[in-house]
Amino acid sequence: MTRFQFPKSIASRPVYGRLTARPGSAHLMVADAEGAEALLDLAAAAPGLMERAHVIYLPKTTGATYARRLETLSPAQLYIGPSYPAAEPRLRKALSDAHMGLQVYLAGTEGLMGQAMREAIEAGIPAGAIQTEHRGSVARRMQCVHCKGITEDVTTDPFVCAHCGLNLFVRDHYSRRMAAFQGVCIDAEDPGDVPPSKELYS
Amino acid sequence: MTIQFKDETFHDDYTFRNSPWAIQRFPFPFHEDSYMYSVNLEPHLSLRPGSVFEKTFDVDEHYISEMKDRARVLANDPLRCQSLPHMTLAGWDLVELIMEAKARDYPDLFELHRDGDHWHWINKPLGIEQRFTFLDDSTLPCGPMEYITRQAQGDFALLDQREENLWMDAGMVTTQADWSLDFDIGMNFYEWHAPVPLAHEMGVFQRALKFLLNLQQGAPYRRLNWTMTVNPLLDTSPENYHKWGVQKTELTPENVGQKQYLRVELQSFFRLPRSNALVFPIRCYLIRLEDVVSVPKWGRRLHRVLRDLPVELATYKGFIRNRPMIVDFLSAYDDGAPTSPGIFPD
Amino acid sequence: MSAGTRKIDVTVTDVVEVNELVKRFRFERSDGGEMPTFSGGAHTVVEMRDGDVTRLNPYSLMSDPRDRRAFTISVRRDEAGRGGSLYMHRQVRIGDRMVLSYPVNLFALDLRAKKHLMIAGGIGITPFLAQIKQLSATGGRFELHYSVRTAALGSYAGELAGRFPANVHVYHDDQSQVIDLARLLDGQPLGTHLYVCGPKGMIDWVIRTATDHGWPAEAVHYEEFLAPQSGKPFEVTLASTGRVITVGEHQSMLEALEAAGVDAPYLCRGGACGQCETDVVRHEGHFIHRDHWLTDDQKTCGKKIMPCVSRFEGKSLVIDR
Repeated sequence: MTRFQFPKSIASRPVYGRLTARPGSAHLMVADAEGAEALLDLAAAAPGLMERAHVIYLPKTTGATYARRLETLSPAQLYIGPSYPAAEPRLRKALSDAHMGLQVYLAGTEGLMGQAMREAIEAGIPAGAIQTEHRGSVARRMQCVHCKGITEDVTTDPFVCAHCGLNLFVRDHYSRRMAAFQGVCIDAEDPGDVPPSKELYS
Repeated sequence: MTIQFKDETFHDDYTFRNSPWAIQRFPFPFHEDSYMYSVNLEPHLSLRPGSVFEKTFDVDEHYISEMKDRARVLANDPLRCQSLPHMTLAGWDLVELIMEAKARDYPDLFELHRDGDHWHWINKPLGIEQRFTFLDDSTLPCGPMEYITRQAQGDFALLDQREENLWMDAGMVTTQADWSLDFDIGMNFYEWHAPVPLAHEMGVFQRALKFLLNLQQGAPYRRLNWTMTVNPLLDTSPENYHKWGVQKTELTPENVGQKQYLRVELQSFFRLPRSNALVFPIRCYLIRLEDVVSVPKWGRRLHRVLRDLPVELATYKGFIRNRPMIVDFLSAYDDGAPTSPGIFPD
Repeated sequence: MSAGTRKIDVTVTDVVEVNELVKRFRFERSDGGEMPTFSGGAHTVVEMRDGDVTRLNPYSLMSDPRDRRAFTISVRRDEAGRGGSLYMHRQVRIGDRMVLSYPVNLFALDLRAKKHLMIAGGIGITPFLAQIKQLSATGGRFELHYSVRTAALGSYAGELAGRFPANVHVYHDDQSQVIDLARLLDGQPLGTHLYVCGPKGMIDWVIRTATDHGWPAEAVHYEEFLAPQSGKPFEVTLASTGRVITVGEHQSMLEALEAAGVDAPYLCRGGACGQCETDVVRHEGHFIHRDHWLTDDQKTCGKKIMPCVSRFEGKSLVIDR
């Protein structure tokens, strides 16, 4: 089971849906790890879509499990890459070449979708027009509000900022521009009093 | 009257004090003995000579020191002032709004001379004289919003209007009640208010947004908001929370009257003409409990409000841990007598 | 809060016949002061004292937003309308004193746009005239496609094409020239915003085509002022006082409330802005909703009405005023 039902939260926390094919002149899909399942479902529901699709896929720890299956869909363009930073120049090029009518589909972890969405918004696509579907890990991309450093793949609350070392608690307050949730010092009022770390959503 | 500007600090040694003049004109935020959210908006019209509601942008004895504190905060963290590229025009609208208002309301302190697009601005308290071309960014030392808000007390948020929503796409934020412009910039009205408890469920933000979307040019509105701060620290930012949060533990029954401050925001809302954006000035006024209780009506009322405030709000406003001590201090100034309606002293 | 916006006392300083259907009016402040600045796409509500009837019609501002000396508007004569445009055409003369509202913008440019693509039909050109002045002063990228019946009726088409030959494309109906919208939409760079102002059929066509071509709704902007339409007279009861007001055949409910001295809020008077939204306390009958503001659900549930353009037929209507 790679779908997770996030509990209802505050208004800034992203809400994810299910990818569905929309009319458009071109289709750009970005996914990581189990996010491939959402693309496979999309392709199955919309025959012919993949012929006009550019797929950017980052298998992360899933190895060849999904990569092979995506290849069999024969998208117009398929890129399989080792990490988001490695894929980013390609994503930017695809967006800068695109025309209005481009449809963007994002699937996988929140960190991947958030960063790809930031690029798409920057390129001029309204946030509400970008489709997302969460699959796989509930790890979060966290910004330390104090030092501004980003800690990737945070799975516990509280956690230690990878940059400044403060103990941060995990908020649901989310910035699309940062593509990150906000981490705030948990022991500011009682220095050293840090509760034990728990898995997110455990 | 001529304002006697003070030389004082809002950090470290905290030499900030209110004069008796500043105390009696303090914008006490409670019009009755209890508090709950409401869309408490009223037209931003001149009210009560001498009050903080008299002028479009109130200038008081703390002006020079507050502007020095802003410069200090910005030097430490330039991300407190940001403007997304499409907001430059709104920044110019703000330059015009503030310069015109200050020159009109305080002609002895500020002068604006205009010859077409050639403007000449004089700010006597800060010793600034600037000739520039209106709408030409290259003629100011920094962006237009930053330029003018380094010379105006209070925080400023510039809100772009589109998609039936308001988007916080620019701001100067150094005297905030614990929110981060750097994190919140680019968010819409519901998103940047997301952390506020209870109010969403009450529909407060829906009603407020609907009102603000229809706000008209030339017809500004205002409201008061409040929170509690230990020490007269203007810059209660999330960025520095790991440094100032510990001050909340320094209150004692002996020092609570001097160290605990009521923090009031005079928020106003203006439609900007060229950009169709809104500007949302958030002016912060601080007063310590000892000075609050020097006005008997305020002492009685603050005691009742803080004593009866729902836990969620006391938590959100950051004083839940010190509430018993604060209420205990204030109770000595509440004899149970009835209070008169409205915010002004009797 | 009080109804409408701040008002400006003005004097008509120029009336120009643009062509056989359109007249242009120029207004300056009667006290000699400066007009407010505004943003391209804004309108003003013009008060017309036509005998014992007061008409309040919105018109897009077409002058340069930076020009503080005057506002200008263009009015197309509508023989079948309720009389506002006929009043402007037949009665208003240079030197007349009139009252305008402060500018209100319900058709603003999205200043984030990497390019502004404008589609105009007929008198729908007017908001674009101000927007183009604003964009050309600030280096904004724009392209206008303007459809007119004939060259003679193409208000301002000649001057626009002359001044911005690379940006302005004019299409003449009588020469069977049509905008190739599908091709136009597919070729736009990401970040383009689309604006349309013109007859209802044109607006619907542009929105539908843009949707079919994958354009996000957030990037498609339109302005259509509805004029109130005549209908059967009806009665409305004010819940606060029990007073009964009759809405005449050629009157809108908002106008009837105003004529009765009720301080009712409004901004656009065209069913777009939401300001006059009014709660219905009780009703027995059916609504004729004509606004763009209420959702379909709100229209069916019968608890809201927009008195600027919508009407009622039936036995009784009680509103929360």
